[in-house]
Amino acid sequence: MLNDSAHKCGRVDIQIEQKLFAGSQSKLLALRNIILTIDPGEFVCVVGGSGCGKTTLLRIVAGLETDYEGVVSLDGRKVIRPGLDRGVVFQEHRLLSWLTVHDNVAFGLASLGSKDLPLPERKTKIRHYINLVGLNEFEYEYPHQLSGGMSQRVAIARALVGRPQVLLLDEPFASLDALTRMRMQQEILRIWEAERTTVVLVTHDIEEAVYLADRVVVMSSQPGTITRILPIHLPRPRDRTDGEFIQARRLVHDEFFAPAPQS
Amino acid sequence: MSVAEQNQKLNWKKLVSIRTPMASTTKPNSAAVNPKNNSARRMQIPDRLLGWIIPLTVLILWEILARAGMLPPNWLPAPTVVGQTIYRMAAVGDLWRHIAITLSRVAAGFLLGATVGTLLGGLTGYAPLARKLLDPLLQSLRSVPSIAWVPLFLLWLGIEESSKITLIAVGAFFPVYLNLSVAIRHIDPKLLEVGKLYRLSSFQMVRRLILPAVLPEYIVGLRSGLGLAWMFVVAAELLGASSGLGYLMVDGQMTGRPAIILASVILFAGLGKTTDWMTSAVGRRLLGHRAR
Repeated sequence: MLNDSAHKCGRVDIQIEQKLFAGSQSKLLALRNIILTIDPGEFVCVVGGSGCGKTTLLRIVAGLETDYEGVVSLDGRKVIRPGLDRGVVFQEHRLLSWLTVHDNVAFGLASLGSKDLPLPERKTKIRHYINLVGLNEFEYEYPHQLSGGMSQRVAIARALVGRPQVLLLDEPFASLDALTRMRMQQEILRIWEAERTTVVLVTHDIEEAVYLADRVVVMSSQPGTITRILPIHLPRPRDRTDGEFIQARRLVHDEFFAPAPQS
Repeated sequence: MSVAEQNQKLNWKKLVSIRTPMASTTKPNSAAVNPKNNSARRMQIPDRLLGWIIPLTVLILWEILARAGMLPPNWLPAPTVVGQTIYRMAAVGDLWRHIAITLSRVAAGFLLGATVGTLLGGLTGYAPLARKLLDPLLQSLRSVPSIAWVPLFLLWLGIEESSKITLIAVGAFFPVYLNLSVAIRHIDPKLLEVGKLYRLSSFQMVRRLILPAVLPEYIVGLRSGLGLAWMFVVAAELLGASSGLGYLMVDGQMTGRPAIILASVILFAGLGKTTDWMTSAVGRRLLGHRAR
């Protein structure tokens, strides 16, 4: 019932000429010449150092940044503001401390009235996503009772409950400890396989990108631009200690630390 | 600890356990098995009881000294006399009238002040333009000692109820206004972004994000506003009233009856504490299971 994949698409076309941030005196060129097309159901990781504009890029796709030159569209529709067709997970979980896990997930459906979504259906959806992230036993707990990894799972469920075509993750595991992070990386792959949404994940962790992505987009800073797009053809589940994995990681690594080509 | 000392403690414990058989049956092992642990427990008087020791001692001393005639009754009557005064006034029915009028002044003034405080606090917190226009003015008005308004209010509104209620409202206004305004301004913009992300309307934004986010600070504001309302009702009634607990105090002073003054002080304290407790109970209910 919930796997009605018919409506699911999620092709993202990004054509950003430039994005400027107005400073107090000068203007900062945050992004320049970003051209990227993400296929429906694809898992793309954007890797870059801090300040390369990768988060800005994600916020533009999310519709949170609208002041830029260029066009971003989702399935042919121009992105002009946030919408339920895109789910967003931030580095911080950003859960509401006064709501239970259930109600935090329900918050993802807050803008839908009872006409758009009848109550029983709403409940089924919320339960489904709480189950999907493996928190069914914690449905009525409050955020302060959860660990960092669990909170981030709730944030993922909240992002998914509106059935988005695209899931946007901004360094979602950066503030978790190493072991939890690896478990969450497996989890996000499992969720992606269950949901078949397009996923764009921004990270500064090369290994994370190579472990997760179909394609790794390498960005350099000042101005933030794409230096290379590397497809990762390794079958999943990927073995981090495997020779081919390490080779792919080295490739990204070299790209990362190579001088940026003049564009 | 020497063996003799331990034995002494054990004996003491035995004595206690004989005198309180209930305790010894519910905790059969506590007395004998672990004397060290037990001596620690013996020393432990609940903090709440600790706070009573000094006031009770003072009260008893006061009573003794007053009865011994060492305190002049027209200066400091015995606690029991104060208690009798309260009882007598209550029996006659006069007291209820005074309490009712004081309570109604506090209620009216607090409601007025808190309502205006909520409206202006919400407005200045939410709209930067309103803040820039209003906040400097309100902040400078805040630095006027509130009693300084009394002559003006008396001139404008007369000696009747409205001047008193206005004064109380001024007192209750500022904490409510300040707490709410600052709390709204300090809401984490990252949370507001979550609301934006899920396409909340302005109304939903207020109801589902802003209100719950500022509720703890708002309740603190209401509580201090209520406290100030009680402070100001005393001032208002001292400065010119023909009824109310504050009037009773003036009356007691004029007619040289300190028991009535003390009785009023006690009633003010009791009523103020009760209303504060009620607000905090409501607040705790509203805040529910929050971590804060």
